[in-house]
Amino acid sequence: MGNSFDVAIAGGGIVGAACAEECAASGLKVAVVEPGPIGGGATAAGMGHIVVMDDSPAQIALTNYSRSLWMARASEFPPDVEFVATGTLWVAADEEEMAEVRRKLGVYHSIGVRASVLDASELAKEEPNLRPGLAGALLVPDDGVVYPPCAARYQLERARQNGAVLRIGEAAASLSGEGIKLRDGTLISAGITVNATGAWAPELTPGIEVRKRKGHLVITDRYPGWVRHQLVELGYLKSAHSTTEDSVAFNVQPRKTGQLLIGSSRQFGVEYGAIDHHMLTRMLRRAQEYMPGLADLSAIRSWTGFRAATPDKLPLIGPCPGNERLYLATGHEGLGITTSMATGKLVADLILRRTPAIPAEPYLPGRKQEAHA
Amino acid sequence: MPDSVRLTVNGTGVEVPAGAMVSTAVALADVSAYRRSVSGEPRGPLCGMGICFECRVTIDGRAHCRSCQVVCRPGMEVRTDG
Repeated sequence: MGNSFDVAIAGGGIVGAACAEECAASGLKVAVVEPGPIGGGATAAGMGHIVVMDDSPAQIALTNYSRSLWMARASEFPPDVEFVATGTLWVAADEEEMAEVRRKLGVYHSIGVRASVLDASELAKEEPNLRPGLAGALLVPDDGVVYPPCAARYQLERARQNGAVLRIGEAAASLSGEGIKLRDGTLISAGITVNATGAWAPELTPGIEVRKRKGHLVITDRYPGWVRHQLVELGYLKSAHSTTEDSVAFNVQPRKTGQLLIGSSRQFGVEYGAIDHHMLTRMLRRAQEYMPGLADLSAIRSWTGFRAATPDKLPLIGPCPGNERLYLATGHEGLGITTSMATGKLVADLILRRTPAIPAEPYLPGRKQEAHA
Repeated sequence: MPDSVRLTVNGTGVEVPAGAMVSTAVALADVSAYRRSVSGEPRGPLCGMGICFECRVTIDGRAHCRSCQVVCRPGMEVRTDG
């Protein structure tokens, strides 16, 4: 087997896997280089929430397109991908947030996404472990959850079946328009090289506007039925939007095993992976404000991960300015599991000069980025 | 202080000496396993000191209680099938 490929992808997380699967399925000769286990970075650290988000028109387009790609394949995944159509409940604490629920409802309906408003008593019936006194929620029934590392593994296996070469356990030392240079000096030469290394992408492509945004998660023992939907506080929007301050938000997800994932936290300017106990405490206190009964459940593990954040909250997908042979597929922040599928499609479409299903321009590297307020 | 405590395990009455742990009550009840693993294997006390988490049962509706760490109280409802 020669060392020359159409596409060489650095990064075997969910984004690199989606790019590899899509390029290989399109007949391209693909290589993937991943130093750690498949999906061992943010892919394994995140929740795996498949969700339509409405921060900006470009974010709506990308998440809605990508969610439809996930949903279309739901029946195809092996059991370990743990796809469950939990739906999302955007929980409103007060009347001000209910106004936001109604605004969101209008946005979702305008793009054909199913959604409905629950009042306080309907919400209590759907999720009896939420505290009394909440105002209501927006139910988005077609959102879901997956176990992302197994989804990445499945997609890479599909890529391999279509001829992709997987170099797992080997690290990229540098990237260029010529290919990926491994640490042992080997050049994997390729027509197109893709940097899909998430929060670590600036190490291989210096100067790109991607920053690490640290998060914490906790997982509990198994309590089947304790929570039924992915629950997110509407205040999450305020938390996720802030690009400066450390923040936490109530975000709880039921797993297929009956376990609960509890999040979330956001920190900039932190490079170490150890637990920040003050953030973990803030995060769990926030969760208990919404679900007091969480205090009686057993947590069995907590960990951290690094999101790849960009100033305008949109990923970088496509060729670098000035180097048409070096592509970026990073900057997906907290939505990388959702938007991975669309990223794979866009990368393959751009390489093959096909017309993508949604305009690619809002995600192209080199766009003018304005920091999201 | 009474010499013994009465409680139920899976709905059946059990009497244990005062101060006994729930793990003792479950052992005295005719129960095949304290819990089942994810793959359905029977589990029971291993360390007896709260480290291994193998002896978890449901006590008064609260799941995943380590039976070796909880003292029996009168009227307690213990379940191993939760």
